[in-house]
Amino acid sequence: MANDPRFDYALHLADNALVLAQRLGAWVGHAPELEEDLGLANLALDLLGQARLCYAYAAEIEGRGRTEDDFAYFRDEDEFRNCLLCEQPNGDFGHTIARHFYFSAYQQALYTALAAGPDARFAEIAAQGLRETRYHVRYSANWLVRLGDGTAESHARAQAAVDTLWPYVHELFESAAVDRAASAFAPAPESLRSAFERTLEATLAEATLRMPSDDWQPRGGKDGRHSEHLSYLLAEMQSLARAHPGARW
Amino acid sequence: MTESHQGWPLYEVFIRARAGLDHKHVGSIHAADPAMAVEHARDVYTRRGEGVSIWVVPAAAITASDPDEAGALFEPARDKVYRHPTFYDIPDQIETL
Repeated sequence: MANDPRFDYALHLADNALVLAQRLGAWVGHAPELEEDLGLANLALDLLGQARLCYAYAAEIEGRGRTEDDFAYFRDEDEFRNCLLCEQPNGDFGHTIARHFYFSAYQQALYTALAAGPDARFAEIAAQGLRETRYHVRYSANWLVRLGDGTAESHARAQAAVDTLWPYVHELFESAAVDRAASAFAPAPESLRSAFERTLEATLAEATLRMPSDDWQPRGGKDGRHSEHLSYLLAEMQSLARAHPGARW
Repeated sequence: MTESHQGWPLYEVFIRARAGLDHKHVGSIHAADPAMAVEHARDVYTRRGEGVSIWVVPAAAITASDPDEAGALFEPARDKVYRHPTFYDIPDQIETL
């Protein structure tokens, strides 16, 4: 049943995790230190694992024999339901950290609510993901504090990063069609904002960074309307699978 | 030699695999301070569930024996077999010694 709201919601969760995992994966071999290389790869693999669980659930609900790979490699940009934040470019290390902090603080609030929700599978996936997400918040918050409360250069870059990515945060907490259809088993995005803001305010204060001011608030990712960045990301991620359909390691 | 190109000092990493075991040296990592060293050790050395506890120690804080003095330090123990507890008769009933 493709019009089961759980199907779209599972894809939404999976796409968030997959797209951000792909972004983080691009750091491998380029991170400032070998240890951070591994650290970022670990975060990416955590998210990839969450994406796989959600795609597998979506495939089960749909019941047409599609697999995780079909969802990841053979859907086009307008079929992806990830938030715009996840597809934003890596930028410098500060941007990657700011993006990850925003996303994992949101995801922590979301998974906490889902883990206590009525759908057993989403609850299971969220409970498992929560263990990872808590570390992601800790990792990215620690780095935000180090950069923000570091040198003049790192402070300026960290402030630029939180400011640049802030517009994309609003979409996380706005109900789109996928959220409204999921109201029976998933939290309303608006209800997650206060927990997110507590984490945010505490971390920014410790990092000596100022709260970004609200300006434009782009949205549409959850409806399949993406920034141009996603098409490049997907082209790279999907080209091999599409050139060699069915290829296996 | 003990600083990365960012100038981060080296830390030696000790991991305890299970409660009740001792911490074992597993390797070293670079980090800006001890808190970061624990995180790096977690990311580098416990990815496959290897541990339940981590110690990190600044490599500079370790005083090591001098390899050139190995003879003077360790040779004298070689011919003192009577220091090994091998001259006791162990009763047959004891299986786990």
